[in-house]
Amino acid sequence: MDIYLPIAEMSVNVFAIFGMGAGVGFLSGLFGVGGGFLMTPLLIFTGIPPAVAVATEANQIVAASVSGVLAHWKRGNVDIKMGMVLLVGGVIGSSAGVWLFTLLRELGQVDLVIKLSYVIFLSIIGFLMLIESARAIMAKKRDVPRRQHTHNWLHGLPFKMRFRRSRLYISALLPLGIGVFVGLLAAIMGVGGGFVMVPAMIYLLGMPTSVVVGTSLFQIIFVTANVTVLQSVTNYTVDVVLALILLFGGVIGAQIGARFGGRIQGEQLRGMLALIVLAVCSKLTYDLVATPIDLFSIGSGGH
Amino acid sequence: MPRLLPRFAALCTFVLALCAPDRDAQARDITIDLTDPIVSITTGFTGTDLLLYGAVREPGDLVVVVRGPARDEIVRRKEKVFGVWVNRDELTFDKVPSYYRIASNRPLEEFMNSADADRLQIGLGNLDLRAKVSGKLLPEAPYEFRQGLVRNLQRLGLYMTQPDNVVFLSEQLFRTRLRFPANVSVGTFTIEVYLFQRGALKSTATTLLTVRKFGIEAQVYDLAHRYSLAYGVLAVIIAVVAGWAANAAFRKG
Repeated sequence: MDIYLPIAEMSVNVFAIFGMGAGVGFLSGLFGVGGGFLMTPLLIFTGIPPAVAVATEANQIVAASVSGVLAHWKRGNVDIKMGMVLLVGGVIGSSAGVWLFTLLRELGQVDLVIKLSYVIFLSIIGFLMLIESARAIMAKKRDVPRRQHTHNWLHGLPFKMRFRRSRLYISALLPLGIGVFVGLLAAIMGVGGGFVMVPAMIYLLGMPTSVVVGTSLFQIIFVTANVTVLQSVTNYTVDVVLALILLFGGVIGAQIGARFGGRIQGEQLRGMLALIVLAVCSKLTYDLVATPIDLFSIGSGGH
Repeated sequence: MPRLLPRFAALCTFVLALCAPDRDAQARDITIDLTDPIVSITTGFTGTDLLLYGAVREPGDLVVVVRGPARDEIVRRKEKVFGVWVNRDELTFDKVPSYYRIASNRPLEEFMNSADADRLQIGLGNLDLRAKVSGKLLPEAPYEFRQGLVRNLQRLGLYMTQPDNVVFLSEQLFRTRLRFPANVSVGTFTIEVYLFQRGALKSTATTLLTVRKFGIEAQVYDLAHRYSLAYGVLAVIIAVVAGWAANAAFRKG
């Protein structure tokens, strides 16, 4: 069954898109990741214009994060104060990101920047995860104790703030900076940015792991909501019909994935995810490097 | 008796209508019609076919030219920079037809001279595509960019030439099938039919076609472009509600 997407202005197969949503949802449930960094490249591979893919995926992540945060909220695993500071940074970063996105679009470089950002981030993350999971598998055999976070120059920054829920007394500039960076990624790549924020919260801020995921989801809701509204207003690239199909697929896939997740070992899971990430990354790299079928491309001017 | 009066009036109108073409006898050398003058882009739209049919008074060769609404197109050329293909040079073309299709009953060069083809802009090579730099039209567009533009539009199924797509059912009756792909632009399309006899242009006929978005698709598009802030906020609300509903539904299950 085909459906016409009003904003992307193309016709797609509903089941294919639903299947993609479910597949990525399954992986996100299985691995406990957002999935935006897989969904956006997949949409691009299907032929959805990258600008529409990014903006629409931000809209879908709003739903996925609301659905995810509720469970953490009930268990009190959301550090609201920390979330608010991250959020302020996130709104600044994502607003700047949408502005940059618009500028790049006018210059005809937005597709390239989206793809390049993906290649860079996916390769870094893929390799780090692969190394980490390999180490974890070996460490398990040798039983090496995990190192706690250490104090460094980051803790000497001004504007110190107390975060009770996270049991931290650190400079507000740190979470603010992380928020700005993640906001930029959300706007340009159409991701929640959990894959950057979660490690940053653990290793840079030293937050307890119990509150990390909930707090990250909490801030992602607002940042992706900001991206959705700004992209709608400046670039008209949010396709609600596409977002809805992805969303239904994603929600169902995530529930099934979460149930499967308990049966597989954590390190092996991470290794598998790393391989998927690297596969997507290679495909994107290939598309950038391989000689295109036509050196000339067209785009409508004057919206 | 008075009841007959309106009937008589109606009869007069009918007769007048029949006579009317005589004032414009040349135009009636060709009579054309479409199966539907409106193409509606609805939820299930995957492109559509329309039938253009008609009759000619005297046999000859026919060319059907369909043009979509014009818009500016930016053409960009990729170059390899540090191993990656990057858009470098770009050129804006002025008022490019978003759709251009030529159909005829036999190859154009068999019955049309190049002067006519050029004047009427019949044929992909004869289309008057003008590039502009900072608002000023260039006398001649760089060939590579022009070809790049046409090639891209052909690949999208928006530009095509079909030298055997006009079918004569008899000496007078003909029909041609017009294909509109899913990515067709909305707006007014002009359909021109040219009749050639012994290599000379004898007559032309023109009709219009409207492509529009219809139903929910049109409303979504309209909202997104006219009330973009409301649209964005609505998109967020839908997502929040859907996320919350998903959580509630699966918690019970």
